[in-house]
Amino acid sequence: MIDIVMMTGTGILLGLAIGLVVRYFGVPEDPLVESLNELMPGANCGGCGLAGCSDYANAMATGRAKPGLCPVMSAEAVAKCCELLGVESDTSEPKIAVVCCSGDDNHAAKQAFYNGVNDCLNAMLVAGGAKGCTYGCLGLGSCARACPFGAIEMLPNHLAKIHADLCTGCGKCYMACPRNVIKLVPRSAAKVHVYCNSPEKATVKKNVCKAACIGCRKCARTAEEGQIVMNGFLASINYDNPPAEEIVETCPTKCLRKAE
Amino acid sequence: MVKEYILLIIGAVLVNNFVLSRILGICPFLGVSKRLDTAMGMGAAVIFVMTLSGFVTSWCDKYILVRYNLEYLRTIFFILVIAGLVQVVEVLLKRFSSTLYSALGIYLPLITTNCAVLGSAIICATEEEFMGRIFKSTVFCFASAVGFALALVLFSSVRERLELSKIPRSFQGPAIALVTAGILAMAFTGFAGLGS
Repeated sequence: MIDIVMMTGTGILLGLAIGLVVRYFGVPEDPLVESLNELMPGANCGGCGLAGCSDYANAMATGRAKPGLCPVMSAEAVAKCCELLGVESDTSEPKIAVVCCSGDDNHAAKQAFYNGVNDCLNAMLVAGGAKGCTYGCLGLGSCARACPFGAIEMLPNHLAKIHADLCTGCGKCYMACPRNVIKLVPRSAAKVHVYCNSPEKATVKKNVCKAACIGCRKCARTAEEGQIVMNGFLASINYDNPPAEEIVETCPTKCLRKAE
Repeated sequence: MVKEYILLIIGAVLVNNFVLSRILGICPFLGVSKRLDTAMGMGAAVIFVMTLSGFVTSWCDKYILVRYNLEYLRTIFFILVIAGLVQVVEVLLKRFSSTLYSALGIYLPLITTNCAVLGSAIICATEEEFMGRIFKSTVFCFASAVGFALALVLFSSVRERLELSKIPRSFQGPAIALVTAGILAMAFTGFAGLGS
């Protein structure tokens, strides 16, 4: 009996003591920081480059950082932050992540059987994982585990799929991918993507993947000048001037596709 | 009397070093030892909290727990008291000494329920030589914390040096850190027998 009374009593006493100390000696938090904190998404993803949301709010209040660095915040929230801070709004274009690979198990050839640790970086260290292509998605889900918003689904045939409605463009997956298959592109221009990441010659690529970009330039010729640029043997979309969606018809290997 | 305390301090700092021979407080030892300045901040915070908690817990042990035969509640009671104490101290520090507050920074709340802090309190409560002796317990806790800070500062300096050296790929990162910690612990066994 005495133990219960003692523990409860100590708990209540300590609680009271902390409460009283905070009440009489506490330093009130800057109301500006508090209201900025409320506007934060609260995911603590670090996409702004600072240590979490409250650190960013602090940094904004003290002028160490500008509003609009957070890739997750909505445009209205950024505008409100600017209003609170009394500065001109300088909004950055919201981004979205794209997995530039179509090499699932149906398309990509296997070079080995990998049964090691279920992590892309580990697979990279062991002779480049299971798939024959050394530029494509390893399909072991390091990006999905890194995503704080649950926007990446690992398809059962070993390819990462990004759900555009959940993706906030924070760039965590982009950092986690050892192959740099994931690209961050402006959301408004994300209509058509080249789902291939290999700069190898077409003959090499054809041997390891059925859905690779073979560098035939059909899309580049059909599109307007500058909309699709050839990077060696890999077509890439110019997201500042994206081509129309009809361009996907021209691709013989169907690696140029509309956004999913 | 004076000799007893000198021996106690040497014993706690070097011979029975908290990290390297008692293997307590390993998480901050590996976690905040990447840079020398953070290690110093952490060391200072540990010295501060451990001395304070050593005094308060040995007082509570003598006048509350032992008096009412509640020794079996020690662990949970100590955690509760230390956590509450650190909360209060943090608020007071923020109010009265913002320089000290910013120096100790986030390390202060981090170590509230650290195993080294709790471990020193439990050692003081259970070992024959500290029982019921509040001043001696406080000195012991202070010396142990100094030992912890010493180990942390030594180790972080070694790790800063390691950053610049060529390490085989398979040893990079935590692997070489743990190997180094082991060698450092072995070096500290050289102090065994000192002062006896």
